[in-house]
Amino acid sequence: MSNPDLFTGKLVHLTAEDPETVAKPYCEWGRDTEFSRYLDSNPPFTFSEKKWKEWMEKDLEKTDNHFFSIRTLDGNQLIGFVALFELYWQHGDTMVAIALGPHEYWGRGYGTDAMNLMLRYAFTELNLRRVSLIVFEYNQRGIRSYQKNGFVEEGRVRGAMLRDGKRWDFIWMGAMREDWMRIQQESLRAS
Amino acid sequence: MDNLDLLQGKFVRLTAEDPKTAAEAFARWGRDSEYSRLLDSSVSAPVSVKKITEWMEKDLEKSSPTEYYFMIRRLEDDLLVGLIGLDGNIIPHGEAFVGIGIGERELWSKGYGSDAMRVILRYGFSELNLRRVSLDVFEYNPRAIRSYEKVGFVHEGRVRGYLHRSGQRWDLIFMGILREEWLAAYPKE
Amino acid sequence: MSIQTQLFESARLRLGPIDHEKDPEIESRWTHDPVFLHGLSFNPARPLSPAQMKKRYEAIEKEIDESHNSFHFMVRSKEDERLIGLARIEWIEWSHGAGGLKLAIGDVKDRRQGYASEVMQLLLRFAFDELNLYRLSAVVGEDNLAGLALLKKFGFVEEVRRRKALLRDGQFFDLIHLGLLRNEWQPVEASQP
Repeated sequence: MSNPDLFTGKLVHLTAEDPETVAKPYCEWGRDTEFSRYLDSNPPFTFSEKKWKEWMEKDLEKTDNHFFSIRTLDGNQLIGFVALFELYWQHGDTMVAIALGPHEYWGRGYGTDAMNLMLRYAFTELNLRRVSLIVFEYNQRGIRSYQKNGFVEEGRVRGAMLRDGKRWDFIWMGAMREDWMRIQQESLRAS
Repeated sequence: MDNLDLLQGKFVRLTAEDPKTAAEAFARWGRDSEYSRLLDSSVSAPVSVKKITEWMEKDLEKSSPTEYYFMIRRLEDDLLVGLIGLDGNIIPHGEAFVGIGIGERELWSKGYGSDAMRVILRYGFSELNLRRVSLDVFEYNPRAIRSYEKVGFVHEGRVRGYLHRSGQRWDLIFMGILREEWLAAYPKE
Repeated sequence: MSIQTQLFESARLRLGPIDHEKDPEIESRWTHDPVFLHGLSFNPARPLSPAQMKKRYEAIEKEIDESHNSFHFMVRSKEDERLIGLARIEWIEWSHGAGGLKLAIGDVKDRRQGYASEVMQLLLRFAFDELNLYRLSAVVGEDNLAGLALLKKFGFVEEVRRRKALLRDGQFFDLIHLGLLRNEWQPVEASQP
């Protein structure tokens, strides 16, 4: 009954990488403030490659670490990462975060494909019931992608961000296992 | 949803104790080799309070999310009676192993063990949302086997001749209780 | 309000630091009550021994010292210095002026005495008038009726509902985020017993 394609999608596959391999690309993406301001509400800051390596190594020590790198199927290029956090296993609920570094992969379905793999992992391997995420109000591309994955808006933390002199909401979205499963069935029937 | 007696039974309650308190009790109980050989398959030999305290303090630093151990105290006089805990691959399967030891020999066969067991099952099923709880017990411990059967555990198999003690081979018996079985046996009031 | 106003004192209570000698035993007792724990965290309710509590306190003070984005108060009665509960402003994002709030009254005998309202007044004034935050959040399980009532009394508004995010004792509950913006905050008269 094993699904050999658990970590392989249509455009990308999810991988586990050594800290040395990813520290440099992650550090480079961190220099792009547009990238940082989509991913993080903390003020963007350029951390060193050394610091990134330390963080990744620290992550590896955790028993409950669900962090994957994203690589393209065509060319095996490292283009981003996706991870679960705030995982409450006894409730069956977790948060997810995803980021793609190189701009040429934005808006072309790579993120949606990677997120779908992560949802499949969360629902069918970790047996979680639901997945939550926060997306910033100004990240329209993100919101559209998550909707395609089956995420539904569950509310807004009003004015949680102050950026560029304007207040923006945090939008909370949630995907329930039943809904995601149904979308998978429908797309199988369609294809 | 008040659940004030989540960790309380009819005769005992489950508590979190300081390493020193627990270590002194463990060291005392461990001097009784019958107790050790009923509880543990590893070679039974007494261990000092200092060593046990060190182990426990090291454990405290981990606070791993897959282990839930408690001390058992008698309700009427707060006497430290034993220990009980859940341990297992809770993610992603919702299953844990339970282990129990009643250290005070005079308190064996008085129902304290089954009372503590019912409390930990309630904790496991209603707080940790487990789907099933497993245990293993030695063939030469009929008192425990009977107690587990009474609580609702079902026999699931035997690992033949696993133990070698006192010149004989003994089976390791596996038992389990499913969430549905627990709900049926202990319907909510 | 002036510089002379005591930010950490109300009619019956005082917000103050952790007492590493006396508090561990008392809070350890509180952690044996799952209602107390469920109100503070979504982790499984797990009682802590006094030694574990002490380690927790050390970790809290280390975190405050290093990250500068949280404030942790122990709540005591002014009359006899008795430990009543705890209160926190945490997860502060200074650049956005956003923070989270948490409070709990420990002993079941001390609940329904109006203490939580008194603490809430102090916390809100501290957050809005001293930390100059723009908004506060609180996250509460649907099963925490007392918590929801307290927050709504002070003007918090439901913002997010994470459907069936909690599974407790075989029942699903939504996880509710409530928010209060500074420009919505009206200091409320705490009801005296």
